[in-house]
Amino acid sequence: MASFKFDEIPYLDKMSAVFGPFDPDCEALKKDTRTLNDKQREHNKVEPSIEAAIERSGLCDGKTISFHHHFRNGDFVVNMVLDTIARMGFRNLTVAASSLNEIHEPLIKHIQNGVVTHIETSGMRGKLADAVSQGLMDFPVIFRSHGGRAAAIETGELHIDVAFLGASTSDPYGNANGYSRESEDDGTSCGSLGYAKMDAMHADHCIIITDTIVPFPNAPFGIPESQVNSVVKVDKVGDANKIGSGATRFTTNPKELLIAQTASYVIENSGYFYNGFSMQMGSGGASLAVARYIRERMLEKNIKARFALGGITGQIVEMHEEGLIQRILDVQSFDKVAAQSLKNNRFHQQIDASYYASYLNRGAAVNQLDFVVLSAMEVDTDFNVNVLTGSNGVIRGAIGGHPDAAAGASMTVVVTPLMRGRIPCVLGRVNTIVTPGRTVDVVVTDQGTAVNPNRPELLERFRKAGCIELVSIEELKDRAERLCGKPAPNDYDDKIVGLSLYRDNTVIDVIRKVKA
Amino acid sequence: MQILEVGVAGTMESSDIMVRIEPKDTEGIELTLESSVGQQYGPQIRRVILETLRSLGVTKAKVDAVDKGALDCAIEARVSVAAFRAARRDDYQWKTKGAEA
Amino acid sequence: MKQLRRTMLFVPGNNPGMLRDAHIYGSDCIMFDLEDSVSIREKDAARFLVYKSLTTFSYGNKELVVRINSLDSKLGLDDLEAIVRAQPHVIRLPKTETPEDVTQCEREIERIEKETGIPVGKTRMMAAIESAKGVLNARDIALSSKRLIGIALGAEDYVTDLKTFRTADGIELLFARSMIVNAARAAGIDAIDTVYSDINNEEGLIRETTLIRTLGFDGKSVINPRQIPPVHKVFTPTQKDIQKALAVMGAIKEANSRGSGVISLNGKMIDKPVAERAQYVIELARAARVPMQED
Repeated sequence: MASFKFDEIPYLDKMSAVFGPFDPDCEALKKDTRTLNDKQREHNKVEPSIEAAIERSGLCDGKTISFHHHFRNGDFVVNMVLDTIARMGFRNLTVAASSLNEIHEPLIKHIQNGVVTHIETSGMRGKLADAVSQGLMDFPVIFRSHGGRAAAIETGELHIDVAFLGASTSDPYGNANGYSRESEDDGTSCGSLGYAKMDAMHADHCIIITDTIVPFPNAPFGIPESQVNSVVKVDKVGDANKIGSGATRFTTNPKELLIAQTASYVIENSGYFYNGFSMQMGSGGASLAVARYIRERMLEKNIKARFALGGITGQIVEMHEEGLIQRILDVQSFDKVAAQSLKNNRFHQQIDASYYASYLNRGAAVNQLDFVVLSAMEVDTDFNVNVLTGSNGVIRGAIGGHPDAAAGASMTVVVTPLMRGRIPCVLGRVNTIVTPGRTVDVVVTDQGTAVNPNRPELLERFRKAGCIELVSIEELKDRAERLCGKPAPNDYDDKIVGLSLYRDNTVIDVIRKVKA
Repeated sequence: MQILEVGVAGTMESSDIMVRIEPKDTEGIELTLESSVGQQYGPQIRRVILETLRSLGVTKAKVDAVDKGALDCAIEARVSVAAFRAARRDDYQWKTKGAEA
Repeated sequence: MKQLRRTMLFVPGNNPGMLRDAHIYGSDCIMFDLEDSVSIREKDAARFLVYKSLTTFSYGNKELVVRINSLDSKLGLDDLEAIVRAQPHVIRLPKTETPEDVTQCEREIERIEKETGIPVGKTRMMAAIESAKGVLNARDIALSSKRLIGIALGAEDYVTDLKTFRTADGIELLFARSMIVNAARAAGIDAIDTVYSDINNEEGLIRETTLIRTLGFDGKSVINPRQIPPVHKVFTPTQKDIQKALAVMGAIKEANSRGSGVISLNGKMIDKPVAERAQYVIELARAARVPMQED
């Protein structure tokens, strides 16, 4: 049949992926004539259990497993997988999660039992965070920003052996989404799978864990089947109520509204509010509420935004749908409205964490921001921001994309009350530096706005506008201290329990053990 | 000022402090403090409570305080009112602003 | 410079967090309440807390008002003993029905001022009118004391007294509002309108504020900081008003520089009320941070 002799082909020894002459009896020629339905039912990537999927993955002691946090505090996947892994007898694993939450308290026992010995995450809350702060682990927890994690994964320096990625829906081949296209029942929908996309792309082995298997193809998909090795169906991947609210409602707290309104004056008069601008609002009541005032200004001045980035809320979606925001870039959907919109709106684009914020990526979306509004737990007189540890030095937050967006945006606005209860939020030195002050341009509080001295042109614009009460950052610190009194310094042990990494994965600060 | 009965003032709301003062037979103030900001301000809050009682001439009392981040002036107000109530008195000595000690 | 009273923020006297933060929301006046927002068992606690707040915190340039309890009971007198010494700018008397209510309160204030060495007359007063009798006596009440800086309508009690209820368009208050604003103007003092209690209805608040501004009121009581910006917006003069006021002020300046007592603009004489009005418009514009070309 062949009209050639294989050996007559020149340079055969220099060709790669040329495997010899064609064999008319080879496996690849056997046509599968079953129907699509039968094929996907009988010949797919679905494993009967998490245990079976783990066995197939070849996981062994000392490896790195990864998770995402798109299910927030409603996530069942981390606990489910770790329980199985513990039962199977694995030890000395590294958990590299995009973030961890209160619900992940059972990690404590896996750490105590030696199943998990290393943790990489963006943040930590609740009992697990308390225990880590009190010295639970020998090896310090490595806290990375979302962009820093993406960069570390891209370069292979954070090597993921097996990724366990929860998905609201998947087809039998692993095309996975954070929502369902097949029904209106979006019980566990979380919207964008932006952080998980990194793991899927770069892990040696990727397991999708879902509670809803839909027919092939689950397209458009957040994670493509080409990156997936197996699929496991479980009862529930998460608690719908804790994954996200229906719609993020604007705060009614007058102090947060006051701060948001002031932030909107700052933006309006900054020079970065023009037709075609770009923006991001970080999580937190005041920060999210800025969107409401910005919207009023946009309507008033007939200004449209080119894109909104970040954790996306229903409010941003509404502005998109009324034509005020042309494109949405969504690495994480903050509520169900945003999740729905990701599915329904053509110009609401799902992006991965590298696209969002990796410092190795010149086109990273954060670099294209005109301004970002970010919350803070503490700000200091050098404009450094802490969003990771509480005033008592205990871990209770997450780095998130804070330093990434702050570094990328042309103007970074940090919003915070001057004090929370009796705790001053503007201090001489933050407990843990997460975002360096050089990248923070404006601090807006309920009792005055401070501009970083390295942005004199902004100060001048705000002064001209006349509607912003401008004070120095030192004055804010003094005001807070006058009211609250000077807080006693925290009682730390020498032991380092966590590292705060800047977005280029250098150590910007350490977290020490607190004395019980 | 003599403490005759249980006197309570304040609420459990944020930025407030709930103070309970009751009679005690022996000399001295027995103070228990629970505070949401105890780590940073515990000693300061205790100082304000004891100083306020001293200025009112209260020398024998058991005091329980649950603090939710009250500032010093609120602590002083709550302790004073609890003490006056516990002493069944209302002869407050108001000082004129600017003329306080 | 006239004290603006576009907004008077009500702050419950027994809430330490709100007492601490009252000045940050930008209202022209803050009214610390010892009366209706404080339960009868907590009167002593609220009085102490307001006293401590006034003597401790710096509230910037806000006009500070304390609403005391009625002098019908001992509570009102006890309030005065503490509060006059704490020296807010203004003491607000609730449920004022007759000029004697005002003069009785004034006598007590004067006594305390003398006892403490506070200059007699320094403590100003305002009277809230909350009954049909009070409304009918509005003129005499407004003229009853030199200490009065204004009279206010308290609508909740008033509509009950009138055997009616609040409506969206406020027709039931038209007479009382008209009486009060006329009485205030006749006495040369301010008229402050009642609260708008549906804090989630911004549209309704704006409608009502527009109405009372048209009637002549100087401002409105507000019960939530969120109500402050909408009220201020209604009281912000238009560009046209501002231009006119600036022209008047310019003419005054020009006349002064010539040493002339006769002021005219575009051939029309400018008398004192017009001049004062222009000054007020400019104060309002400045307070609303409207950019102006002043020279």
